[in-house]
Amino acid sequence: MLAIVIPVSFALLGIAFLLTVVRLVRGPSLPDRVLALDTLNVNAIALIVVYGIQLRSTLFFEIALLIAVTGFIGTVALTKYLQRGDIIELN
Amino acid sequence: MTLNTFVEAAVCVLLLTGSLFTLIGAIGLARLPDFFMRLHGPTKSTTLGVGGVVLASVVYFTSLRALTSLHEILIPAFLFLTAPISAHMLAKAGIQQRVSLADATRGQPALDDHADAGAQPPGAAPRDAEEARD
Repeated sequence: MLAIVIPVSFALLGIAFLLTVVRLVRGPSLPDRVLALDTLNVNAIALIVVYGIQLRSTLFFEIALLIAVTGFIGTVALTKYLQRGDIIELN
Repeated sequence: MTLNTFVEAAVCVLLLTGSLFTLIGAIGLARLPDFFMRLHGPTKSTTLGVGGVVLASVVYFTSLRALTSLHEILIPAFLFLTAPISAHMLAKAGIQQRVSLADATRGQPALDDHADAGAQPPGAAPRDAEEARD
């Protein structure tokens, strides 16, 4: 049963990834593209977790956690740039 | 297969549910007509989908290794903490960039111009380019 469900899950997550890439390419404004990049991070986490289930390895959870942390920091930096025109304001 | 049938069915249901929620969020991101509508899909549905997938992996490795492996819960806990923050900052960025609204979007975003008197959003036209040229 799991041998059928894991490829189906890969297919669903891959379609989600492709739709997000479509929005990243088409997106009419800059916040749309930042939102698409943030969603790509989350989709990548889901794909990595399913891949870890397929390989029966717990090694991939640290990678997924690192992607979550760096993706959040990247999204916050990009939105700060969009709002203020600068990321680190010294004065 | 060394897994119990019941545990395997639970893992399958959780995996399919999580993948379907992620796909629904991505469809919403790709098809909705407005930035403020598109913000709904990834911030709620996709985050919940990742929660389901990680829960499936927790159940799977707990029954495979015969000891509870709960450190994967860190991933959805972190995502559930950070998704509202990034959604809030993205909505504020969309308000400041003055993204176009669809007709079905109710209400107008309130612009506070006094908050960023010195800063320039990079998409907006430079405010005092004329005076700098003179």
